[in-house]
Amino acid sequence: MRAQYDKEHFRKHSLPTPFYPRMAELSQDSSWHCWKGYLSADYFENVELEYFAIRNACSVMDLSPMSKYRIRGQDAEAFFDRMVTRDMSKLKPGRVGYSVWCNDQGKVVDDGTIFRFGEHDYRLCAYERQYEWLMISSAGFDVDITDETEGVAALSVQGPTSFAVLSKMGLSGIETLKPFGIVHFPYHGGKLMVSRTGFTGDLGYELWVGGSKALTLWDELFEAGKHYGIRAIGTHALDIARIEAGFIQAGDDFTPANHTIRKDHDRSPFELGLGWLVHLDKPNFTGRRALIREKEKGSRYRLVKLDIDGNKPAHASYIFHGRKKVAGVVTSAVWSPTCKQNIAFASLEVAIDDPLNDLWAEIYYQRELQWNRVWQRCRVHDEPFWSPPRRRATPPGLF
Amino acid sequence: MTDRYDALIIGAGHNGLVCAAYLAKGGQKVLVLERSEQVGGAAITREFAPGFKVSACAHILHMLQPKIVRELKLKTHGLNLNGPPIETISLAADGNKLTICRYNIEGAEVSDTDKVAYTRFIKRMERHARALAPQLLKTPLRLANAGFGNVIKLAGMGWDIRFGLGKKRMRDFLRIIGMNIHDLLDEVFESEALKGALALDAVLGTAMEPRMPGTVVTYLYRLAGGLKSIPTLPMGGMGSVTVALADAATSFGAEIRTAALVETVLLEGGCAVGVVFAGGEEVRAPTIISNADPKTTFLKLVGARNLEAGLAHRISNLRTSGRAAKLHMALNSLPDFTGLEQDALGNRLVIAPSRKYLEHAFNHSKYGEFSAAPAMEITIPSLADPSLAPAGKHVLSAIVQYAPYDLKGGWDAQKDTFVERVVDVISAYAPDFRDKITTVECLTPVDIEREFGMTGGHWHHGELAIDQMFMMRPTYGTAQYRTPIDGLYLCGAGAHPGGFVMGAAGHNAAQAIIAGDK
Amino acid sequence: MNKYDAIVIGAGHNGLTNAAYLAKSGLNVLIVERNPYIGGATVSRELYEGWTYTNCSYVSSLLRPEIYRDLNLARYGLQVVPFGGGATLTQSGDYLGSYTNHEVKRREFARHSLHDADAYERFSTDVMRYCRFIRPFLLRTPADPTSFKPKDLSELFFLGKNLYELGEEELYEFIRFFTMSVAEFLDQYFESELVKAALSGSGLIGTALGPYSPGTAYVLLHHYMGDIDGNVGAWGFARGGMGSLAKALAGALQEHGGELRTDAPVAQIRVRNGRTKGVVLESGEEIDAPIVVSNLDAKRTFLKIMDQKDLPDEVVERAQNFKIKGSSGKLNIALDGLPEFPQFPVGCPLIKGDLHITENFEQLERAYDDWKNGTWSKWPYVDMMIPTLTDPTMAPPGKHMMSVFVQYCPAKLADGDWTPDKREAFGQTVIDAIATFSPNFKDLILHTEVRTPHEIEAEVGLTAGNIFQGDLSFDQLMFNRPFPGYAQYRGPVKGMYMCGSTTHPGGGVMAAPGANAAREILADLGRENITPEDFGDD
Repeated sequence: MRAQYDKEHFRKHSLPTPFYPRMAELSQDSSWHCWKGYLSADYFENVELEYFAIRNACSVMDLSPMSKYRIRGQDAEAFFDRMVTRDMSKLKPGRVGYSVWCNDQGKVVDDGTIFRFGEHDYRLCAYERQYEWLMISSAGFDVDITDETEGVAALSVQGPTSFAVLSKMGLSGIETLKPFGIVHFPYHGGKLMVSRTGFTGDLGYELWVGGSKALTLWDELFEAGKHYGIRAIGTHALDIARIEAGFIQAGDDFTPANHTIRKDHDRSPFELGLGWLVHLDKPNFTGRRALIREKEKGSRYRLVKLDIDGNKPAHASYIFHGRKKVAGVVTSAVWSPTCKQNIAFASLEVAIDDPLNDLWAEIYYQRELQWNRVWQRCRVHDEPFWSPPRRRATPPGLF
Repeated sequence: MTDRYDALIIGAGHNGLVCAAYLAKGGQKVLVLERSEQVGGAAITREFAPGFKVSACAHILHMLQPKIVRELKLKTHGLNLNGPPIETISLAADGNKLTICRYNIEGAEVSDTDKVAYTRFIKRMERHARALAPQLLKTPLRLANAGFGNVIKLAGMGWDIRFGLGKKRMRDFLRIIGMNIHDLLDEVFESEALKGALALDAVLGTAMEPRMPGTVVTYLYRLAGGLKSIPTLPMGGMGSVTVALADAATSFGAEIRTAALVETVLLEGGCAVGVVFAGGEEVRAPTIISNADPKTTFLKLVGARNLEAGLAHRISNLRTSGRAAKLHMALNSLPDFTGLEQDALGNRLVIAPSRKYLEHAFNHSKYGEFSAAPAMEITIPSLADPSLAPAGKHVLSAIVQYAPYDLKGGWDAQKDTFVERVVDVISAYAPDFRDKITTVECLTPVDIEREFGMTGGHWHHGELAIDQMFMMRPTYGTAQYRTPIDGLYLCGAGAHPGGFVMGAAGHNAAQAIIAGDK
Repeated sequence: MNKYDAIVIGAGHNGLTNAAYLAKSGLNVLIVERNPYIGGATVSRELYEGWTYTNCSYVSSLLRPEIYRDLNLARYGLQVVPFGGGATLTQSGDYLGSYTNHEVKRREFARHSLHDADAYERFSTDVMRYCRFIRPFLLRTPADPTSFKPKDLSELFFLGKNLYELGEEELYEFIRFFTMSVAEFLDQYFESELVKAALSGSGLIGTALGPYSPGTAYVLLHHYMGDIDGNVGAWGFARGGMGSLAKALAGALQEHGGELRTDAPVAQIRVRNGRTKGVVLESGEEIDAPIVVSNLDAKRTFLKIMDQKDLPDEVVERAQNFKIKGSSGKLNIALDGLPEFPQFPVGCPLIKGDLHITENFEQLERAYDDWKNGTWSKWPYVDMMIPTLTDPTMAPPGKHMMSVFVQYCPAKLADGDWTPDKREAFGQTVIDAIATFSPNFKDLILHTEVRTPHEIEAEVGLTAGNIFQGDLSFDQLMFNRPFPGYAQYRGPVKGMYMCGSTTHPGGGVMAAPGANAAREILADLGRENITPEDFGDD
C-alpha cells in the first residue's frame, strides 16, 4: 500500500487536517505543533478557559491525526484477540474497547481503542503508527488492513454539556448511547459515527466523518453548541484533563517498545498499572508467555498515580523513598484545577507488592529565574483523580 | 480419549526416527507419523524408472554420527556401511582429473607445494573442526538471561576452544571463521582446480558462492560432522539408513504409522496436546515433536495465528529457498569419462573446475535463473551396489547447483532446458554420456518441496548461514528444541545442527526432551 | 636536529592525530609525508583553477567528536557542516528522498510504501541500538580474546557486559546482524525495492562485496555510527573540503611543538637488535627515533618499508594475505553551473545531499558481478554530491563542484593494467550514467578528474586504492585488525606501532586509530594517558 502523496509534499512539514480552516480562524497566536505529521493546536486562546470547557461545558478537539486503521475480514476478531492483551471475544459489535498490545517480550507496543463496527469489521485507533505492526501481526489471518488516518476526520466533544450539544444537533437516539457504545447517523449524504469515548474522564463523545464532511460537521456542532459553552481546545488543556482522569500517554508515560533503544526502557502492561487489561487465560496472544513469566517473577517497575503535597507541579521530579533512596521518576505532572490537587504519574522501580509509603518528590520550580527546591510528601492514589458520575450516566444529563 | 502415547513424532525422516529411537530406548511410548507410504522422508531409496533405484536427495553418507550408529545398534538393524570408501575426483574436460583423498591429493597439475600444503591445510582445518564438533551433539546454549549455569557453560565453551586449540590456533580460528573460502584458499594454494574442488564443499547445498563470507564456517561444519566417519555410498541407497533407523526404533518399542498425513498440531490452552490427521482423526500425547521444517511446523501445522507475532515474523523471514536440484539418470551402460578408469567411477565425482566456475554458476541464481554451467556432485551408486539397477545397467545421481526455487518464469516451462544443460555439462566430461541415458528424473527445489514437504525445497530445512545456526537455528527462542508452545519440540534439520544425514538434531532433541522430563 | 622521540610515517588524518597526541604529551615528534601536501586521503586540492576538489574522502560523520573537541580542531579552522537531503533516483523519473524533517521523510517513504514508512522507524531503532553498542568501542583498544592479561580480561569483560546489556533477544539480533548481508537484513524490514536499494548503499561503500554478501550489514553500521553534534547517522562537509581536517590536525600538532616534513618519503623503518631505531628516507637521510609509528596500511608497512628479515614469518605471511581489495573510484568534476535534475520539483532541497542512481538490489549486485569479473561496473553505484550547494568556498560563485564516489572499480582489470584510455572510459561510463538523469550535466563539465584505484594507490599510497586501508570483513575487524595478535597497535618490533585505518576501528575518517595508538604508546612509555574517553550514552 502506498500513501497518496505527490512529490510536492515536502513543502510543509505538517499537513493541515480537514478542520484546519476553522481552527486557523480561532487560533489567536498560531501556536501549533506537529502531531504525527499534522498541525495540531497547542491552544486557541487560553489553556485555562479551554480546560474548563472540558469540565464545565463542551470542548471540541481535533482528533484527526490519530492513527486509524480499518481491519476487515473473517478473522478480524481472532486477529485482534491474538494481537492485544484483552479478551476480544467480549467486545460485541457496536462497542469500543481500550487495550494495549505487546511485543513477544511482553512490552507495550502501544495502547489504543478498538471499534467493532460489525461481525468482521473493526477500526483501531492508536497514538503511534501501527501499520507495519498490524501487517506483522496479520500473518496467518484472513484480514484486510487499510490505513484510514488520512480519510477519516474526527472530533472529540467532551464535557458536561456535550450530550446536550449533540442532541441539539439532532442526533436523535444518542441519549441511549452507553459508554463505549457506537451509533451511526446518515450525514449529508455520507455517514457520521458517534462513539461515547474520550480521553478526559468526563461525559463525552467522539465524532467521526469522512474528510469532505468535516467542515460541515464543525459548523453544525458549533452552531448547536453556541448556547452550551462550546469551545475549541488544544492539546495543552487535554493534557491536564487526561492526567486527572488517570490516562497514560505513549511517549510521555512510557516509550513504545518498538522505539526503545535502551534495555529495560520499555514497559509491560503490569508495569503501567494496566494489568486489568491482560487476560492471561486466553490461549495465545503476543507477549503472553513473557507476561506469565513476569507475573510469576514480579515486575520491575510500577506506574503510580500520586497526590503530592503543595501546589508546585512535580515535572520530571525524582521520587524518593524516605527522602534518601531514589524510587523513580515523575512521567506526567500537573496542578488539577478541578480537584485542587497536585497530581502526577510516576514510574517507580518497586516490586508490585511492596508498600508505598514515605514517598517524597524533589520538586524544582522557578521564580523570577531563580530555581527553588522543595520536598513534598506523595500519596499513592489508586483511583482516577476525577471520575464524575455523569461520565457513565445513561441517558446523560443535559448539563 | 486417553493418551496412549508419551510422544508423537511428525515425520519419519532420519531425524524423526533417531529421535523416536532414543525416546523409545528411554522408555517412552512413541508414535511416529509419516505422510508417505514409506519411512525415510528425503532419506529414501526409490525407484524412478523400472528397475532403477536411487537415493532421492543426499546420496553420500559422510556425516551420520558414529555415536548414533553405535548407541542405536544400527548395524544389527541392517545398516551396511561396508560400501567401498570413496574419494573425491574433480573432473576436468581434458581428462586431467584431480583426486582428493582425506589427507592427500593426486593428479591434475598440482604442484608439490600444493600437495604438501593440502595435507597441512586439512590437518589445520580438522583441528578447527574438532573444536566445533562437540557442539554438534549438544543443545545450543542460550546467551543471556538464562541463569548462572549457562554463563558457566558459555565460559566453558570459550575455555574449550582456547585450550583445545591453544593461543595460536585460536587466533587462526577466530580469524578464518569470518572469512570466505575463496580468500582462504588463495592464502594456501596455487592450483585453481584444487581451489575450485575444495570451494564446492563449502557451498554445496547452500545459497552461497565461494566469495561470500561465511563459507569457511560451512566448510568447517562439513568437516566437523564427518571427522569420525568415512564417506561412503550406503548399500541399498540412503533409504537403507532410515530403514535401519525405523527397525531400531521399533525394536525399542516405538510405533510407526505411514500414510498418516498430519494436518495440524492440536492445541489446547496454548499447549500442544496432539495432532489432527487430514481425515479429522486425532491422536493425543503430552509431547509432540516435529521433524518437519520450521516453516511447515510453525506456519502450517501450528499456524502463525497460534504463535506470538514476533516469532511468526521471524519464522516467515527464515531463508529457506533451496538452490540445489537433484538429477537421476538411468543409464544402459557406464559412460566413458575422459581420463577416468571404469573403477574410479564409483567415487564422488565433482564438477567444480574453478572458483570462478562456481561463482558464475551462482550469479544466475541471484537473478532467478538456473546456472548456465552448473556445478555438480555426481555418484554412480550402482557400481558398488548392483541391486540399484538391472544387470549391466547403471544409475547416475547428481546434485546440481544452482537451481533456484523461485525460478523466473517457473520450473514447469524450463525443466527440460535445465536437464539439457546438465547433460551438456556432463557430456563435456563424458562425451558418450547422452547416448547412455534411458530415463531422466529431475527434482528441482519445487519438486523437493512437493514430494518431501520441505519448504522452499531446501535440503537443510533452511539456509545454513551463521545467522541461522547454533543458538539461532531456526531462530532464537526455539533453538533448544523446545518451542514456545508447551509440549511442542523440533527435531528436524531446521534445528541445530542442521541438515546432512547426520541424525544429530534428532539425537539432541531426544536428549533435551528426556532431560526436560526429569 | 636529527633525533626525535617518535617519528610518524604518513601525514594522513590518523598519523596527524597520533602525532598531535604524542606531541601534546610532551614528546619530540616528527611526522614525515611523502607528498608535497599533507592529509593523505583527507585532502583538498585546487586541481582546476578556482575549484577545490576534496578528491578522496569527501564527507565527514565518523570523526570522533571527543578528538575534535579535545584537540581544539575548531580553533585550527575545522567546521563540519551537515548537508541534509539526498535521494535515490529511478529511471522512471521518481525518487526516494531523504528529508531532514522526520514527518516529511516519513511521507516520502510512504509515497513508495506505507509499510516501509513504519518499518523505517523500527529499522532506525534497531540500527541505533547497534550504533550505541559499537560506539564505546571506537576509542578503546580491542581485547585479545586469547590472552589472560588483566587488561585483556577486563576489556573482554567490558565487551561481555555491553553485550549482556543489549538484552537477550537484541543480542541474538545483533549477532545475526553482524553476519548477515545487507540485503537479507533489509529484507526483514522493507518491501519496496527502491527503499531497500537506497538504504543498502551504506553497506557497500568502500567494500569489495555485493548487497547479497554476508558481512555487508555491518558495513552499513560503520556508516551509520557517526554523528554531527550528537545527531547520530548524520553526515556533513568539512568547510573548505576534507583538507581542512588535516590542516586543523596539523595546527594542533604544531601548537604542541610537533614537526611536519612533506616531500619526505620513507624508504625503510630501521631496526637493530629487534628494536626500532628510526627511519631512512628515500633521499638516504637517516632520522633517529626509538619510536616509529606507521600510518600506512598493513601491506605497505610490512612489505614495503620494513625489511622482512626484521619481521616474524607469521607477520610477513599475514601481511601478504591481508585483504585490501580495491573496489572504488572517484570523479571530481568542475561544473559551469548547477546541473538540473528535472525529477525534483523546483525548490526541492534533496539535491543538497547524496544522490544515487541505483533502484534495486539486482542493479547493485550486477555492478558487483562486473567487479568480480575484473571490470568496472557498467551501471555503477554512485554516491554523488554537490558540496558547493552547502560550502561556498569550493568553487567560484554560481559555479559548482561535484564529487562522485563510484563503485565498483577494480584495482586490476581482467584485461591487464589500467591505462589512461581505460581510465577515461571508466569516467565516461559514470558521466553517461549521471547524464541519464541530468540533461544539462555534460554541457556544464569544465574539468574532470577521474581516479581509479590505480591513481588512488599511486598518489595517496593506499594499497589497491582501498579507502579503509583494509577490507572491513570480520576476519579483519576488532581483535583481528590488521592481524590476530597485532591488533593493539603494537607492531612485531619493539618501538614500532601502527596508527592507520588498517587498525581498529578501521577507516571512514574517524581519527580513532591515531588516538588509540597514541594511548598505547604513552602507556608503553609509562606516560599519562591524555587521549580522550568516549562521551558515553548517546
